[in-house]
Amino acid sequence: MIHQMHEFGITENIVNIALAKTNEAQASKVIQINLVIGEMSGFTPDCIQFYFDSLSKDTIAQGAVLHFELVPAQLRCRNCSTIFKPQDTLWSCPKCEGQSVEISKGRELYIESMGVE
Amino acid sequence: MKIIEVIQNVLEANETIARRNQQLLDKRRVFALNIMSAPGAGKTSLILQTLTRLKGRLNVAVIEGDVASTVDAEKVQSEATAVVQINTRNMPESCSLMAAMIESALKDMPLDNIDLLLIENVGNLICPSEFTLGEHKRVVISSLPEGDDKPIKYPLIFIDADAVIINKMDLLPYVDFDIATFRHSVEGLNPKSEVFQLSCKTSEGIERWCSWVLEQAETNAAKR
Repeated sequence: MIHQMHEFGITENIVNIALAKTNEAQASKVIQINLVIGEMSGFTPDCIQFYFDSLSKDTIAQGAVLHFELVPAQLRCRNCSTIFKPQDTLWSCPKCEGQSVEISKGRELYIESMGVE
Repeated sequence: MKIIEVIQNVLEANETIARRNQQLLDKRRVFALNIMSAPGAGKTSLILQTLTRLKGRLNVAVIEGDVASTVDAEKVQSEATAVVQINTRNMPESCSLMAAMIESALKDMPLDNIDLLLIENVGNLICPSEFTLGEHKRVVISSLPEGDDKPIKYPLIFIDADAVIINKMDLLPYVDFDIATFRHSVEGLNPKSEVFQLSCKTSEGIERWCSWVLEQAETNAAKR
């Protein structure tokens, strides 16, 4: 059996979306795929790139450039609503020192746009 | 080159299948729990304890997502209404269960005879946090030897949990695990989560956990 990281399934989705959108746009080649990926998401760009190279082989997406826009993590304090960046693993609010926080940005993973020909 | 706008969530395919799984489970009146933890924290032990305690009260089925063996499935086989082991099904091994694997496993289960489905995810605190399976509630187990800093190191899995279990409470005298610190971190990330302290070895706290499972299953059934 082959061991797969969870990026495999995700990359399959990326390839499928790219092929469908290229088709819809009546284009014949995928040149680049612009992905937005949150810093807190459990996905690694290198790993997506690795699977992309093999999954896109012999498709119109072969050789396409993956561009990753990384979204830094942003937290929101549930006490005083202050928005702040987490410092390493210390997640307390810089204003009220509250430790009840939610992630307001940094979990995304989506295709923003594509370059096609 | 022409730029086309896409704005499409890459996880959407998994989420669509997960929704379909939940609709199927709802239709057949099955309540499903997704049980996640690091390897060795006690997923199988908790499942075995739950099976024993709920015997005669609920028909319980188990989906095993363990990576490398069928040991776990064999252990629960004798107690459960049905057991499906994911990794024997010609699927590539994965670091997490995904909704499509559950969809396929559900096809082999006698859903009309099942009240509660326990899904044992792959032992991992990172990957499973990104994939919903169609479960009704998400359960995360931490055990004392892992240390009390896990919610801080792996926040995502705790943020989305409906229940957090502190297992191996019988080891408390022997390890540096501060219960208050752990609970404080969990409450900060996820104030709505239930926290259970128990030991699958001594059965301490199991009764309260099983009462919660029964209550959740009943609440869920009443909604339909």
